[in-house]
Amino acid sequence: MAADEPLVLGIETSCDETGVGIVRGTTLLADAVASSVDTHARFGGVVPEIASRAHLEAMVPTIERALKEAGVSARDLDGIAVTSGPGLAGALLVGVSAAKAYAYALGKPLYGVNHLASHICVDQLEHGPLPEPTMALLVSGGHSSLLLAPDITSDVRPLGATIDDAAGEAFDKIARVLNLGFPGGPVIDRLAKEGDPASIAFPRGLTGPRDAPYDFSFSGLKTSVARWIEAKRAAGEEVPVRDVAASFQEAVVDVLTRKAVRACKDEGVDHLMIGGGVAANSRLRALAQERCERAGIRLRVPRPGLCTDNGAMVAALGAEMVARNRRPSDLELSADSSLPVTEPHVPGADHGHGHSHDHDHVHEISKDNLYS
Amino acid sequence: MDTATPAVTVALHDGTSVIASSGQVDARRHGELLLPAVDRVLAEAGTKLDAVTDVVVGVGPGPYTGLRVGLVTAATFASALSVPVHGLCTLDGLAYAAGLEGLEGPFAVATDARRKEVYWARYEDARTRTGEPAVDRPADIAGALAGLPVVGAGAVLYPDAFPDARAPEHVAAGALAALAAERLAAGQEFLEPRPLYLRRPDAQVPKNYKVVTPQ
Ligand SMILES: [Zn+2]
Repeated sequence: MAADEPLVLGIETSCDETGVGIVRGTTLLADAVASSVDTHARFGGVVPEIASRAHLEAMVPTIERALKEAGVSARDLDGIAVTSGPGLAGALLVGVSAAKAYAYALGKPLYGVNHLASHICVDQLEHGPLPEPTMALLVSGGHSSLLLAPDITSDVRPLGATIDDAAGEAFDKIARVLNLGFPGGPVIDRLAKEGDPASIAFPRGLTGPRDAPYDFSFSGLKTSVARWIEAKRAAGEEVPVRDVAASFQEAVVDVLTRKAVRACKDEGVDHLMIGGGVAANSRLRALAQERCERAGIRLRVPRPGLCTDNGAMVAALGAEMVARNRRPSDLELSADSSLPVTEPHVPGADHGHGHSHDHDHVHEISKDNLYS
Repeated sequence: MDTATPAVTVALHDGTSVIASSGQVDARRHGELLLPAVDRVLAEAGTKLDAVTDVVVGVGPGPYTGLRVGLVTAATFASALSVPVHGLCTLDGLAYAAGLEGLEGPFAVATDARRKEVYWARYEDARTRTGEPAVDRPADIAGALAGLPVVGAGAVLYPDAFPDARAPEHVAAGALAALAAERLAAGQEFLEPRPLYLRRPDAQVPKNYKVVTPQ
């Protein structure tokens, strides 16, 4: 770790985790996370207002914990990065407001960055600098996309995405049908290990010859699994939970890995990065490894703790923004719940980024108080 | 600073008087407006944030997502600068401002809680609240407040319930800061810098699992 590499603090509040991470270049120094997932469990999904309230409670203590963990002084930071989107609007707003206040109070540059690009960039903390271009499969409760990133700070291209449910959402819904609680991913992964993935032939969405090659669909699969379970229940038979979990999971990861490997081959990319909460799934990791090896593709998957939402991934992308001299965001940075994946960061107004927020309220910002 | 109502308002107070202030009414852009307003106020006062010795924030009650913008900004400033952050009830700021405009007690303060409700509290005078802030339908409290002047946008919105509406409509951080300066000088207590939501979060427990098979 070179002392001249950028030292960046990253804040993530797009869903139910309040994350603050600190990195120097591609080295992880701290990864503090406060989760409100337990509070949401009885609702069977993330409740936005509960998440926002929890972010407010946890924000400053989590920043302070990260600084302590990293053993650095806030004065030495080279920048503050924050997820400005996509995500839950009210939840994002807490992190963005905190990041702006922190950057302003410390006189540091502010970088509003894209949550999805951060999920990709986090792998730099695990496996070193990203190859360019990077092929990435992002799978979580909120997103399922195939992305090609020639430059993670400025050029991220969507190849495909889910047309209905996200992969993680399908896990949650099937877990609910099976009365396994929320979130569904870890428990299905665990039960599937004791089941037979070939026992029930569930459908593979969008895998026909005329279907979009890189798009995903998990809604049909979800309905099909639910029907199968209901039929068993209606017949008074016991539902073989482990076999259902294994067969359902197999259908999801089969499609994900098949399409990701195909995208690598089609685009001539010789490695694949998998990120997002579902990347913690053991069967997805195993099948991806197997198929990548067979295709001569190098697989990069960060450890599970870096796959789920966290502040370190935001700091990692922020550090890359600093290293590549990307233009900082301005103090009017807003949370953008639908920030497109094609915008890895939200540079200041002068740069004229694609979003047309109205700027009738643009004021003279005293340069003195900004990044002094 | 206060972002508990549609107003985004910031002021700098030196213990004697307000040096600079800003107020913008835009319920949808608290997040975008607050930091530039802080910057503008400091620039106008010819000083910088690190000169600030105390941060004061309106804790609501407020229905807006924006309420959290002021609170998290204040808490983050306080952490970064290692200075204390003090909470004040937003309604107290409005009452104090009404007092500066010459209103004597008793009176009430009401702000818009949306969903056809108001946040409100009664005051003996501009510095003395009697009872905790509450959230109610205007018609349900009109009788109890009959004959009293009612300060704030909540009164303006419901003239049938509150015929004697008084200024100001929105809270100004200058008044909040002046009230805080008085309390600091007198060694009085403040509220914790935590939001007064007065409502439980909207959280729908999903209905029992719905059968998808056609019957
Ligand atoms: Zn995510």
